[in-house]
Amino acid sequence: MDKKYWQNFGQMNETKASKKASDDEFREELPFEFGDKLLKAPTQRRDFLKYLGFSTTAAMLAASCEVPVRKAIPFANKPEDIVPGVSNYYATTYVQDGEAISVLAKVRDGRPIKIEGNNLSTITKGGTSAKVQASVLSLYDTARLRFPTIDGKEVTLAYIDQAIAGALGSLGGAPIVLLTSTINSPTTLQAINQFLSKYAGSKHIVYDADSYTGMLLANQTSYGKKAIPSYNFDKAKVIVSIAADFLGTWLSPIEFASQYAVGRRLDESNPAMSRHFQFESILSLTGSNADERYIHRPSETGAVAVALLNALNGQGASDINDAKLKDGITKAATELLANKGNALVVSGSNDPNVQQVINAINNAIGAEGSTIDWSVTNNSKAGIDIDFAGLLNDINAGKVGALLVACANPAYTWSNAKAFKDALKNVKVTVSFNSKNDETTQLCKYVIPDHHYLESWGDAEPKTGFISLMQPAINPLFKTRQWQDSIVKWSGAAADYHTYFRNYWNGKLGGEPAFNKALQDGVLLAAGTISDTAADTSKTITSSLKSAGIASYNNASISSAVTAVSSTSKSTNTELVLYKKVGIGCGEGSSNPWLQEMPDPVTRATWDNYVIISPAMAKSLLDIDLNDNGQSDAYEVHPAKKVLKVMVNGKGSVSLPFLIVPGVQPNTIGIALGYGRTEKLGKVSEKVGQNVFLFASFNGTYVDYSALNVTVEKTSDKSDIAQIQTHNVYTTVTGGRADVMKELTLADFKKEPDEILNDREKEAKPFGGLPAYEKQGTIYPYYDKPGIHWGMNVDLNTCIGCGACVVACHLENNVPIVGKSEVKRFHDMHWLRIDRYYSGDMENPTVVFQPLMCQHCDNAPCENVCPVSATNHSSEGLNQMAYNRCIGTKYCANNCPYKVRRFNWADYTGADSFPDNQNFTGVGQLDPAVHVMNDDLTRMVLNPDVTVRARGVMEKCTLCVQRCQEGKLKAKKEGRPLNTSLASVSNMPDVQTACQQACPTNAIVFGNANDKNSAVSQVRFNNKFRLFHSLEQLHTLPNVSYLAKVRNRDEEMVNNKEG
Amino acid sequence: MFKLRRIATIKTFIYLLFLSALLYSTNSSAQDGHALFQANCASCHKVNAKLVGPALAGVESRWPSRDKIHSWVHNSSAVIKSGDQYAVSLYNEFAKTQMTAFPQLGDKDIDAILDYIKSTPATPAAAVGTTTTGASSENNGDRSIIFGVLTLILAIVAFTLLQVNANLKKMADDKEGVPAHEPIAFWRNKTYITLGTLIIFLIGGYYVTQGAIGLGRQQKYQPRQPIFFSHKVHPGINQINCQYCHVGVYQGKQATIPSVNICMNCHMAIQEYKGEQLTDANGNEINGTAEIQKLYKYAGFEPGKPWDASKAKSIEWVRIHNLPDHVYFNHSQHVVAGKVQCQTCHGQVTSYNEMYQYSSLAMGWCLNCHRSTKVQFETNGFYSMYEKYKEDIKNHRMDSVTVKDIGGAECQKCHY
Repeated sequence: MDKKYWQNFGQMNETKASKKASDDEFREELPFEFGDKLLKAPTQRRDFLKYLGFSTTAAMLAASCEVPVRKAIPFANKPEDIVPGVSNYYATTYVQDGEAISVLAKVRDGRPIKIEGNNLSTITKGGTSAKVQASVLSLYDTARLRFPTIDGKEVTLAYIDQAIAGALGSLGGAPIVLLTSTINSPTTLQAINQFLSKYAGSKHIVYDADSYTGMLLANQTSYGKKAIPSYNFDKAKVIVSIAADFLGTWLSPIEFASQYAVGRRLDESNPAMSRHFQFESILSLTGSNADERYIHRPSETGAVAVALLNALNGQGASDINDAKLKDGITKAATELLANKGNALVVSGSNDPNVQQVINAINNAIGAEGSTIDWSVTNNSKAGIDIDFAGLLNDINAGKVGALLVACANPAYTWSNAKAFKDALKNVKVTVSFNSKNDETTQLCKYVIPDHHYLESWGDAEPKTGFISLMQPAINPLFKTRQWQDSIVKWSGAAADYHTYFRNYWNGKLGGEPAFNKALQDGVLLAAGTISDTAADTSKTITSSLKSAGIASYNNASISSAVTAVSSTSKSTNTELVLYKKVGIGCGEGSSNPWLQEMPDPVTRATWDNYVIISPAMAKSLLDIDLNDNGQSDAYEVHPAKKVLKVMVNGKGSVSLPFLIVPGVQPNTIGIALGYGRTEKLGKVSEKVGQNVFLFASFNGTYVDYSALNVTVEKTSDKSDIAQIQTHNVYTTVTGGRADVMKELTLADFKKEPDEILNDREKEAKPFGGLPAYEKQGTIYPYYDKPGIHWGMNVDLNTCIGCGACVVACHLENNVPIVGKSEVKRFHDMHWLRIDRYYSGDMENPTVVFQPLMCQHCDNAPCENVCPVSATNHSSEGLNQMAYNRCIGTKYCANNCPYKVRRFNWADYTGADSFPDNQNFTGVGQLDPAVHVMNDDLTRMVLNPDVTVRARGVMEKCTLCVQRCQEGKLKAKKEGRPLNTSLASVSNMPDVQTACQQACPTNAIVFGNANDKNSAVSQVRFNNKFRLFHSLEQLHTLPNVSYLAKVRNRDEEMVNNKEG
Repeated sequence: MFKLRRIATIKTFIYLLFLSALLYSTNSSAQDGHALFQANCASCHKVNAKLVGPALAGVESRWPSRDKIHSWVHNSSAVIKSGDQYAVSLYNEFAKTQMTAFPQLGDKDIDAILDYIKSTPATPAAAVGTTTTGASSENNGDRSIIFGVLTLILAIVAFTLLQVNANLKKMADDKEGVPAHEPIAFWRNKTYITLGTLIIFLIGGYYVTQGAIGLGRQQKYQPRQPIFFSHKVHPGINQINCQYCHVGVYQGKQATIPSVNICMNCHMAIQEYKGEQLTDANGNEINGTAEIQKLYKYAGFEPGKPWDASKAKSIEWVRIHNLPDHVYFNHSQHVVAGKVQCQTCHGQVTSYNEMYQYSSLAMGWCLNCHRSTKVQFETNGFYSMYEKYKEDIKNHRMDSVTVKDIGGAECQKCHY
């Protein structure tokens, strides 16, 4: 296991800068002047003493004198189900552009403060994503529209209703068009139909910013259904993905991640795993997790699919010149054939022809009926690009009288936004229901902002037969109205949407009690599709959307599809891929500070989009040789990166800084969508990145998110990228990363399963073996942990690095946002970070993710060095941090071998007693995003059970001590033993940390390690071969353990000491 | 020679200071008794006069033994139940009001209180030493004044002797013809100035520190409330259960101040106050019926008409118990899991006309209780996982499990 891992290029080359950096905890030079300078310093000793005296007096005056009179104001009339200080959980549904995730909203004193996954959901199984976690903050977004407007002037709802009714009435028969993103809510669809039937000739057009036109059209040809089937990654022993980022952004990532984890979880007694092949052009989150990854040009996507089809048909991977790629396709084909019926191929291409080839492949490997389920369709995407293009034509031809826009923003997301903006001028009546003043809303005359989903009633049917219900968790904060309400009202119905919705489900379910139960559960399942849940399934709900049934495959047009794919233009020049980030998506996350500050899993960059290029291109275009110490340091040490000007034929140009990402195809560049918003969407997204939707192109059938013949030019400008890649890097005793993180192949594991255990035992042997290591490996005394001994385990095999835990930790623990300028200065505050390791081939490396939080060492190096004992150990094994005792020496952070401690360099939270502490000028000036997080509205999201830390204290992961305490109290009050066993539909453990709850793959387990039945004890007991502690030889005795990453590869890990 | 002697005089002085400090410190147990009495007993008892409970002077003569008093203080109802004659008569004499149980007071603490009671003279001691102006005798109780005066006298004697010594030396020197130094007045003598400064610094430092520690603490805080609400009338005379109004106390962090609708549950019917005359802390008479009228104003209620609860406005009570933001405190934890009585922290609320902060709410106060309070180890199933303690109890290595034993004195039990 001498394989070399690197987190950054400096580490790979072992450069001076990297060594220096890993020696120091704090990367900045402190602003102290030493030596001769001291006497000549602008602040002299006498002045210093004066200031000291003055500030002490000032502080005493400020702190003393009077204690303010505080009021205690009870309810005037207390609602029965609210107890101040006790959280209620309401089941509801996160809906964003067709993606519907069943969640629980934690409501504390009337304010939703946290989102948790709903265990009853058979789709997500309680998992969430970074976007879902962060969505609660968009409720308190300061840039939300707060009232209806006509031409930008505030009006009342009654007035705007009247005005719009008048306007719609005087259209003179010109049709009304309702433009929305994919709607899979049965009641909304019914309301829309009612509305449309009132106005003759009116239409409903579905437009998806993230288009799946290719799949929908291909399925219509192959299966006769313009729909998307369900995928069962859990049943697949072989998964081949051709540029589909199904763990991060493709179709239904939370569902797929949870299914994927089923195949990745290793049973040590019977080691078997699914095998995942990924073919892609840029390094995606999914590609990082693949067992075998091959790179190709974006324009070759179709060719790869065709080659795979040919290989399956025994014709070999024709038309592929690249030897490695050809090998990969052949290998994938062999595996697919060997696992017929248990294999699945997916593609992220939006080309109907490519998707037809994929359908043919899936047909050939017998995926239908097993890994692809046509009896339950996935209803999260239904937009067809031609429909929208047709709408533009209609508008330009003057055939549209009124355009009503809900949950769609084509003025930003359409490839030719200008065409849409120009067309909009020809529409007499424009109404926007969007909740923010986005690019489309800015152009609309009438604006009735929509509620946030946490203020709304509703339902969604993301998969046929699976209904997720939505109920409000808070009264509307502003004078907004749910857009369905407007539709229902304008269609002449007397009742509002809430009544409409209630009547609908009362009718379907047969009465109020069943409806209330369904609301309480949040989910409803059609009979037959589920096994055992607490949800009431006695009623059969006939699906309100597409009819279910087995679709039969029809290969009539496959040959023409293959021909079409083969004749697509190839390129020898640079190509461009537009990709989506896990957090930002198509821009829906851009005004959310948590999502902006969440490091991208692969590039580890925050607050920006940029051009990602391969190391090869870096050398050819920018003369940066990453194998050269000086050059790689010069590139890596400074946040300022050269700006590249990217030009696409006839589509204009965009100038963005670059990042070198190993694993990107040498002739390909990638840029993330969703950036470049204006100040009208809030100060958070302002001046962050550039919009690249203009590089997408509509070719008459579908929108293509890649471009051929791209010109990339160097410019003399530089721009900063706040990457946390080189932060928190540290030296280890052996100098290698294998002490921190362990990876092996399935072949290794099968050959020698106890390799890791043996290594550990060898290490502990001088101290009497592993069991005695704790007591005999140290000169410090041993302390008992009677009762509870908290422990956490992270399975690196099922961790996909998606970042849901990172955002969940932010929410739960009031972790501050520091802004780009502070991230750049190494001041990022993430309590939980996901380290990304590269290893192997620089052009196509293997990637491992490792979530790293405070390890809660039982023999903690940080505790010994604290001069004021602000950090010390609890009898339950927690490394505690008493903020009010901390004086900010930072010794603890210096002494932490894992670098997980975070120092509040500035007053990010406004918790300091002196208000002016936030108003720096010059160095240390805080970004607008930090101030947005300190707005009274935004602060409503703070968790009242967790202290908001002031400036100058150290903080770090507490293992969600507030949840531990709450869980213990619950058990204590009920007078029963603490339950920390594995969570399931029927078992709700007392304590779950925020990261554990958020994880879509259940990679994290937590509980009382003293209890044999706890989840963590069980996992540790059942996986003793893969179990390891990070840097165990230091005798820090972490309470966080890991299970080594196993990659399903045939070859054993080679002694790979390159670079 | 001169130099040596000066050092000697300094030594004597320091020795004297040290001695006096020692005398102070021996005073501590009676001090503790006084403090304990003030903290735990004073709300219901005076030494020489009847208050809510009997006067405590001579209490030891009324009970057969101190042991009996211990058990009475720990749990008075058990003693009454046991049929002790004096206990029963006492119970009846005080209108069957039960004395709060103080399980957290150890036998030694009670003894200290009893010692204090014994040491308190029957009539308040006449003011002693009115002439003393030193800063040493303030707030220190009777005996400390005596010691302070003694110290001062000794200091004056020492000072006079030193002066005499110096004069004698000067005379001797004159006689022997040794050239004498010009005598330095003591107020210009650096030794005295240094000593004086030091003393002022120490005493000043002590008070500054004490003052700083007390910043933000509000023991005895008794603000005027928007409505004169008497706990004496409600849970006291009318014996309304605390939880009837403080509904959150079993469920959550806050005990919660009752909402207007809870008040109106009774006050729709009870429209005037007919009990004994109410007086506030300053001795002003309070019209109970007028206070009820104030409530009606908040509630938007007019007697004789049906009440619409949705018209009610919140009453802005002045918050008395304030914990800093970085402290997590949960009422249900203490009341449900810990089975702590309300009175332990809030005092004999049933005797308060106006609510005030009974306890200091200082961290030391919390910790003292956590160190001595026993958890429901045998009866609560939660503690079944502490197998080591079960073993220890069985083997008589420990007799009970306190909150501290299960981590109740660790930082992150309350700070996170």
